[in-house]
Amino acid sequence: MTTKHQTYYVPAQSGWPIIGAIGLFLIAFGAGNYIQQLATEKTSGGYILLAGIAVIIFMIFGWFKTVIDESMAGLYSPQMDRSFRQGMSWFIFSEIMFFGAFFGALFYARMISVPWLGGASNNAMTQEVLWPAFEAAWPLLKTPDGTTTEAMPWTGLPLINTIILLTSSVTLHFAHVSLEKAKRKPLIIWLSLTVILGAAFLALQVEEYSHAYQEMGLTLTSGVYGNTFFLLTGFHGMHVTIGTLFLIILLLRIIKGHFSPDKHFAFQAGSWYWHFVDVVWLCLFIFVYVL
Amino acid sequence: MSTTTHDTLDNAHDEHHHGAPKGLMRWVLTTNHKDIGTLYLWFSFIMFLTGGAMAMVIRAELFQPGLQLVEPNFFNQMTTVHGLIMVFGAVMPAFTGLANWLIPMMIGAPDMALPRMNNWSFWILPFAFTILLASLFMEGGGPNFGWTFYAPLSTTYSPDSTALFVFSIHIMGISSIMGAINVVVTIVNMRAPGMTWMKLPLFVWTWLITAFLLIAVMPVLAGVVTMVLTDKFFGTSFFDAAGGGDPVMFQHIFWFFGHPEVYIMILPSFGIISAIVPTFSRKPLFGYSSMVYATASIAILSFLVWAHHMFTTGMPVFAELFFMYCTMLIAVPTGVKVFNWVATMWRGSMTFETPMLFAVAFIILFTIGGFSGLMLAITPADFQYHDTYFVVAHFHYVLVTGAIFSIMAAAYYWLPKWTGNMYSETLGKWHFWCSVISVNVLFFPMHFLGLAGMPRRIPDYAIQFADVNQIVSIGGFAFGLSQLIFLAVVLKCIKGGKPAGDNPWQAADGLEWSIPSPAPYHSFTTPPEIK
Repeated sequence: MTTKHQTYYVPAQSGWPIIGAIGLFLIAFGAGNYIQQLATEKTSGGYILLAGIAVIIFMIFGWFKTVIDESMAGLYSPQMDRSFRQGMSWFIFSEIMFFGAFFGALFYARMISVPWLGGASNNAMTQEVLWPAFEAAWPLLKTPDGTTTEAMPWTGLPLINTIILLTSSVTLHFAHVSLEKAKRKPLIIWLSLTVILGAAFLALQVEEYSHAYQEMGLTLTSGVYGNTFFLLTGFHGMHVTIGTLFLIILLLRIIKGHFSPDKHFAFQAGSWYWHFVDVVWLCLFIFVYVL
Repeated sequence: MSTTTHDTLDNAHDEHHHGAPKGLMRWVLTTNHKDIGTLYLWFSFIMFLTGGAMAMVIRAELFQPGLQLVEPNFFNQMTTVHGLIMVFGAVMPAFTGLANWLIPMMIGAPDMALPRMNNWSFWILPFAFTILLASLFMEGGGPNFGWTFYAPLSTTYSPDSTALFVFSIHIMGISSIMGAINVVVTIVNMRAPGMTWMKLPLFVWTWLITAFLLIAVMPVLAGVVTMVLTDKFFGTSFFDAAGGGDPVMFQHIFWFFGHPEVYIMILPSFGIISAIVPTFSRKPLFGYSSMVYATASIAILSFLVWAHHMFTTGMPVFAELFFMYCTMLIAVPTGVKVFNWVATMWRGSMTFETPMLFAVAFIILFTIGGFSGLMLAITPADFQYHDTYFVVAHFHYVLVTGAIFSIMAAAYYWLPKWTGNMYSETLGKWHFWCSVISVNVLFFPMHFLGLAGMPRRIPDYAIQFADVNQIVSIGGFAFGLSQLIFLAVVLKCIKGGKPAGDNPWQAADGLEWSIPSPAPYHSFTTPPEIK
C-alpha cells in the first residue's frame, strides 16, 4: 500500500455463496419434507436434509479456508478487520433477539397465560368456563388438560453445569490474555481446557435430558413448562455445540501457528460467541431453573 | 475529489480492478454490489408480478358475490401467499437492491463491507420462494392462514405443507439478517473520509435504522415460526391453552416482529423521498437533522406499539390505552417528515418529471394511509374497523402508494445512473397517471366497504357490497396492467435512450451523481475526500 488510503479488499468472484444457498435450500426443503413424513414410511426428506447439512459443512470449510488464506496472504487491512468485528457483533445481537423470543414466551406463560387460566386479573370466568379445577402455579406441573410432570431442580446437574460454563469463560479469557502476550504454551493449555469444559457441559446436558425423559416424565409435550424448558435449553445446547466446534477449530489453527498477538479476529469472534452463550446460560439458569 | 487520478492509479493496480465478467456465471458468482443490487431489483419485480397475479385472482373472485372462480381454500392460499410474497419477496428485496446499488456510491465506498456474504444473502431468496410457491402444489395445499399465520389457524388447522412454509421463512430470515448486517457494517465502517454522520444522505440514514430493525426483529420471527412448527408437529402447546399456553401469545410475539417490520418497509421510502423532493424543488432538504431524529424516533416507537394489532383480543384496559397512546405518538415524527417535505417544496422552482410525480403522490397518498392508521389506533373505534376492508385499505395505502410508489420513484430517479440512458419521460408519465388513478379506484372505495362492515379475507360477501367491489376489482385490474408499462420503460431504458450524463437532474446532490453514468463497475476504489 503506497497511498495514504487503505485498500479495501473486494474479492473478485466466489462460488461459496451459491453453494451455501443451495445447501440452505436443501436443508429447508429436506427438513420441511422430513417433518411431514414423520408419521409415514417415507424417508426422502431426511436424506435431502442430510445432503444439505453436508453441503453447508463443505461450504463452511471451503469459505473459511479461502478467508484464512487471504488473511494469511496479508490482503486484509485493519478496516476489513473492523468490518468482520462489527459483523460478528451484530450477528451476536441477532442471536440475543432469537433467544429473546423464547424468553418472551417463557415470561408470557409465567406472568400471563398460566395465571389467567387460573382466574387471575379479570379472568374468573375464563377459569370457570374452561377448566374450573385448574390451579395456576409455576413450574406448571399439571396442565389444564391434565398432563402432569415434575420440575427440574436447580441443584445437582444444572448447578454443576453453571459452574462448568462460568469456569470455561474464565479459562477462555486466560487463553486470550496468553495470546495477546504471545505465550503459546499457556494459550494452548487454557484453550484446550475450555474445549474440555464445553464438552463436559454438553455431556451433562445429555445426561440431564435423559434423566428428565426417563425418570421425571418431563418431556417436550408436557405442557408449557416442558416446552419452554426444552426449547430454551435445547437451542442453548445447540449454541454450545457450535461454540465448542468453533473453539476446536481455533485450537487447531493455533497449533498451526495462525494467530499473532495483534491480529486474531477469529479468536476474538470465537471468544465473544462463547461469552455470549455463557450469558444466555446464566439467564436460563436463573429464569428456567432457579426462579 | 479527483476521480480521474484514482482511475489511472487503479489501472496500474492488481487483479481485483477488472470490469464485469461475462455470461450467466457473472450473476451467480458475483461479489459486486451493483450486480447484486440489479439481481435484487429484478427478483423483486418478478415477485411483484407473481404476487400481483395472485391479487388479480382475489379481485376476480370478488368481482361478484358468490363463489365464481376458485374454492374458498384456494382463495385463502391466494391472500396468504400474496401477502407473504409482497412483503418478503417484493418490497423488502427491492429496498435491499436499492441499498446495494446506492449506499456504497452515496458514502464513497468501494463496495459493500462483506461482498461474498452479500451474494449469499441474495441467492437464498430465489430458493426460499421456490419452496414457498412449491408448497402451493403440495397435497392439502399451501399456506392458507393469512400472511400473519395466527395460531391456531397455522397450527391445529393448517395443511401439512406448513413445515415447508416455516423453513422457507427461516431461510428468508437468514437472508434478511445477513443483508442487514452488511448494510450496517458498510455504513458504519466504510464511509469516505469526511463523510460524517450528519452529512450522510437520508437514504443511508433511513437504511441504517431499517437494518437495525431487521437485525432486531427477524430473529423473533424465526423464534415464532419455530414455535408454530413445534406446536404443529412436536406436540408443544405454546399457543394452546390446554397445555398452559395461549393463542394470543402468538399474536404478541408475531407483532413484536410485525410492527417493526412494517417500518422496515417504509423507512427507506422516507429516505428516497427525501432525496427526490429537494432535487426537483431545486432547494436543499428542509430540516435535515429533524428528519434523522424523526426516523430514529419512529424506529424506537415501533417496538412499543405492537399490540395495536390486537385491540380486540381482550387485553387489559391498561394495555389497550398504553398501546393506543404510543401508536398515536408515532404521528408526531411522521408529521415532522411530511411537514419537511412540503416545506422543501415551498417556493422551490419545481418541475414534475416522473420521479417527482411519484414522490408527490407518495406524500399525499401515504399521508392518507397515515390518517387511516390514526383512526385505527383509537381503541374503541378499532373495535368497529378491526378485520374489515378498512384495514385492507389502510395498509395498502401505506404499502402500495407508500412503499411501492417510492420504489418506483427511486427506479425512475436512479435509472439514468444505473443504465447511462434516460428513460422515456412520455411512457413514464403514462405509467404514473395510469397507476395513480387506478390505485385510488382500487383502494379508496375499500374504506367504505370496511366502514359498511365487509370483513377481510373472505371469498364471498353480502349482496350490498357488490357495486363497490366491482369498482375495486376494475381498479385492481387496471393497476395490474399499468405495471406492464413500467416493465416496458425499464427494458427500453436498458436498451438505449438519450445519454444521461453524470448528473441528468442538474440539481441532484450526492456522491453518486459525481461519477459517470452508467456508474463504472467499481466506483470509489479509493475513497473520495468529502469537504
